[in-house]
Amino acid sequence: MSDMALPMKAARWRAWGGRTTVRLAFAIVLVLVFAAVFGPWISPYDPNQVELSDRLMSPDMAHWLGTDHLGRDILSRLIAGTRVSLGSVAVALAIILALGITIGGASGFIGGRIDQVIMRITDVFLTFPTLVLALFMIGMLGTGLVNVVIAIALSHWAWYARIVRGIVLSLRHREFLMAARLAGASRTRSFVEHLLPATLSQLLVLATLDIGHMMLHVAGLSFLGLGVTAPTAEWGVMISDARQFVWTAPMLIFWPGFALFISVMAFNILGDVLRDRLDPHLRAEHCH
Amino acid sequence: MAGFILKRVLLLVPMLFGASLVIFLLLRLGPSDPAMDYLRLSKVPPTPQALEDARQMLGLDQPIFVQYFDWLNNALHLDFGVSFATQRPVLPDLLHYLPATLQLAGVALALTLVISIPLGVWAARYRERWPDQAVRLLAFVGVSMPNFWLGFLLVLLFSVELGWLPSMGRGGISHIVMPAVAISFMSLVINARLLRASMLEVAGQRHVRYARLRGLSERKVERSHILRNAWLPIITAIGMHIGEMLGGTLIIESIFGWPGVGRYAVSAVLNRDYPVIQCFTLMMVVIFVVCNLIVDIVYAVADPRIRLSSEGVK
Repeated sequence: MSDMALPMKAARWRAWGGRTTVRLAFAIVLVLVFAAVFGPWISPYDPNQVELSDRLMSPDMAHWLGTDHLGRDILSRLIAGTRVSLGSVAVALAIILALGITIGGASGFIGGRIDQVIMRITDVFLTFPTLVLALFMIGMLGTGLVNVVIAIALSHWAWYARIVRGIVLSLRHREFLMAARLAGASRTRSFVEHLLPATLSQLLVLATLDIGHMMLHVAGLSFLGLGVTAPTAEWGVMISDARQFVWTAPMLIFWPGFALFISVMAFNILGDVLRDRLDPHLRAEHCH
Repeated sequence: MAGFILKRVLLLVPMLFGASLVIFLLLRLGPSDPAMDYLRLSKVPPTPQALEDARQMLGLDQPIFVQYFDWLNNALHLDFGVSFATQRPVLPDLLHYLPATLQLAGVALALTLVISIPLGVWAARYRERWPDQAVRLLAFVGVSMPNFWLGFLLVLLFSVELGWLPSMGRGGISHIVMPAVAISFMSLVINARLLRASMLEVAGQRHVRYARLRGLSERKVERSHILRNAWLPIITAIGMHIGEMLGGTLIIESIFGWPGVGRYAVSAVLNRDYPVIQCFTLMMVVIFVVCNLIVDIVYAVADPRIRLSSEGVK
């Protein structure tokens, strides 16, 4: 039963559906990046402009998604939120990759006692549930968007360091690396020129798969009032602001959550595609 | 088996020691001065004299490692100090809120298992047909859904529109359904897909073909020959889900007015109430580590290969 062949027609439909989904996801990511970069120029209103006479308006031609409890244009606020969301995740990922590659790479490449010590440190970091660790880091650093970004980076780097170390260890004794060393390349040079490129493609997959996850963390922490604070337009803050209107103006909660949901989904789909293209082995390993 | 458990329990000691070191040192190395936070939260004007007294009272004038071992020693005697904000001992307060959080996380975990297993079996049974596609779609939605947004959507539907479930507070079953679903949804769909993949892998193995050749019914093959082996990866995944559940309660508790440790901890972080942050984080780490220990033991019971190899039996 389990190895029954698919009828041709169904297979073709599925292939078409798959392609369309990926194209849609890619288009959404492009729109998000565009909104993040050019937000101030394309948004119809100033996202923080209070217009008390226009409070809680339903969608119309002037305000496509309506206005919030202070009369601010919801669409403009969503666009402004894109920049905060994507920007903070980009910075967090850059920190994580830098830490992961240097620490994990050094651990795998140098080996011996240094490797032992670094791995015990990552073990300790992995005994914390990620969101609890992020909350703790904010407790140490204080609230605010910058600190949320640092907290997210510090609560995820250990995963990446371990993965980089694993990749480096698996490649360390391969012929091409020996050849480079025999040809006189220094340790650092053989790491940068020969090991790093091999690591990067796998890291790219992991990072893309984690973008959505981290966007959820940024929004969740801001929702709790620990990250961006009002009046800055950020999706988590918008949801938090809107909660007092859950009975009267439910769309205020709907839109920012929907924007977050769609963005996370688009990045997840792209991550899946990249994984299938670049690295089928990761499928089983990545599930945190 | 006893040897295996003992070994795993002993491994906890260095891990918890490391975690306590991280918790203590990072908070101390942070940019803010605990003495200042103490004065601010106890509403004492920060004169130089008051600052000096606070520093002495909190032991901040001691070398940092002396402070750490004092703290650790007290912690081992279950004394986590006094909250700066409430001036009450931290541990009893946290323990007061803990049962609600454990109840919520526990129900969410149970929900994950109870729903994901039939869902995964269903998807594997009808591979590449509509039930499988439906579960796949659900998984895509599930891993992208912000749990706090899902919480609000549930409130909008079941409290605002239909009026079936209460939107706030802790009480009977009707109170816990929505927060538990919001927390468990992501883990649930991941689990279902994991079980499906694992079942399909086992289904291709020889002992399954042999069972079919023996003329066993399809259901019997599925239950005793596929599922028995296929649920092993699920056990491992549960360890990770527990982390998600504990993290999830932090956010979800605030939406549903659930009186758990999460809300208490978030307000402590906002206030920089150090003793509470330390105690809460350590508590979560202990719960997480102990749950993972239980998961490992269950795994060893379920899969003799693990147990025997760790005891050195070939």
